[in-house]
Amino acid sequence: MYDSGKVIAGLVVFAALFLCPFLYNHGSMTAQPKPSLDTPAIKKLAAKRCVEDREFMVAHHMQFLNEWRDEALRNGNRWYRNKAGEKYLISLQNSCLKCHSNKKEFCDKCHVYAGVKPYCWDCHIDPNGSKL
Amino acid sequence: MKIDRRKFLKAAGVSALASLGGKGAWEILDPGAVDAAEHGGHGHDKAKESGPKTRWAMLVDMRAMTEEKADKIREVCDFAHNIPHWDDPERELKWIWKEEYEHVFPSSYNEYISDDIKAMPFMLLCNHCDEPPCVRVCPVQATFRRPDGLVAQDYHRCIGCRFCMGACPYGSRSFNWFSAKVALEKEEGRKINKEFPVRTRGVVEKCNFCVERISLGKQPACVEACPDVMHFGNLADSESEIRKILRKRMSLRRKLELGTHPMVFYLV
Ligand code: HEC
Ligand code: HEC
Ligand code: HEC
Repeated sequence: MYDSGKVIAGLVVFAALFLCPFLYNHGSMTAQPKPSLDTPAIKKLAAKRCVEDREFMVAHHMQFLNEWRDEALRNGNRWYRNKAGEKYLISLQNSCLKCHSNKKEFCDKCHVYAGVKPYCWDCHIDPNGSKL
Repeated sequence: MKIDRRKFLKAAGVSALASLGGKGAWEILDPGAVDAAEHGGHGHDKAKESGPKTRWAMLVDMRAMTEEKADKIREVCDFAHNIPHWDDPERELKWIWKEEYEHVFPSSYNEYISDDIKAMPFMLLCNHCDEPPCVRVCPVQATFRRPDGLVAQDYHRCIGCRFCMGACPYGSRSFNWFSAKVALEKEEGRKINKEFPVRTRGVVEKCNFCVERISLGKQPACVEACPDVMHFGNLADSESEIRKILRKRMSLRRKLELGTHPMVFYLV
């Protein structure tokens, strides 16, 4: 075999370069976000429940928010009755973010992890945030 | 085939003329004219027909109005809806604003009318018309007429084409040329209403009759601020407070001849 030393050295350099992004991200990828439910409004709740059940909210809150938006603005109805028959005010700022008043520790935690940037905050204001 | 300039211009002229004929062209040049002619004259407001149970309308009592109250109303509305202030009047965002008699009733302008009236600070706002031309031209139904007559604006759908601004004969709509958030942050000592969103660059906005308040059973912000000047109520209910006032007092509406059926009444 000719030049086996050079070939092997080349292969080692190649493997190191190829693997470095994977090694670099190892560890940080595994840290699953834990959205915090530690807010004054949620503490006061007798039953720690969201508008709908947890599984539904995790999986469908994006579509659910669109339905809320259309119900409030296009159908003119600002009250939502959930499957259990409880009544909630339909509002992103005055309902979701009243209970989840810790947007940074809640919504943003998941969204940064998942790499989604809801454009809602171009207009909607985090009522507890310092910036607009 | 070779077309020279002369032939091309002739063909273009003929086809433009052809496309201008018919009902469609009239609709563009004079919206509502065809329908108004079909119904005879200016027709009736929908509020009086058998239809809706609710028809929201606003009365502005010009006898009770003062400069101070006009400024207060503007301030309250700007706060309630996070409307920023621009120095440039061409880019101004206005939901409710002050105007002189001369510009309020240009088509029925009466130069001999009393000096009192000429000096009055009329408050202009969206008229929430029964036949809203803005709704006709909106290509995405971002602006639409609700069953209770409110002409709503859905900012989530608005694409910023500004057809509605061209269609509105009252100048009630404003376009966001810049970021409202940046402007609000720059305004010194500006208070923000954290319960209402702002708008981004590229959408059209206007008075919404405080739909976010009336749907919770409250009165519009301007009415709450100056209840002696602004009266809000249900025009479809013949026993409502505003109908009682309208039976007693002389009222004016803007540009009635256009057939848009405006729902803002000026008591003089
Ligand atoms: C009445 C207070 C309240 C309101 C209003 C509310 N939430 Fe919740 N939310 C909660 C509580 C409490 C939980 C925890 C539920 C559980 O663990 O079973 C929760 C859980 C969630 C979760 C799941 C988080 C996780 O554990 O992974 C999401 C997502 C969520 N809410 C989104 C929303 C959105 C979006 C809105 C507005 C449409 C909203 N919430 C309105 C109280 C509220
Ligand atoms: C349990 C984690 C989690 C929490 C908590 C959470 N979200 Fe989300 N959200 C997601 C994920 C994941 C997506 C992306 C889903 C997709 O793209 O299919 C998403 C998407 C969205 C979208 C749609 C974005 C788009 O660009 O389509 C909106 C709007 C949204 N979230 C609002 C909220 C709000 C408001 C809150 C806080 C009240 C919140 N979310 C809390 C995980 C979460
Ligand atoms: C261009 C600006 C803009 C953007 C972007 C925007 N909104 Fe809105 N939104 C508004 C305005 C203005 C209202 C009207 C508030 C009212 O009438 O009470 C509103 C109302 C709503 C409402 C009902 C009333 C309330 O108080 O919340 C919901 C729900 C809503 N938006 C959800 C969303 C969601 C979810 C997103 C992102 C996916 C979003 N919006 C993006 C401007 C915007």
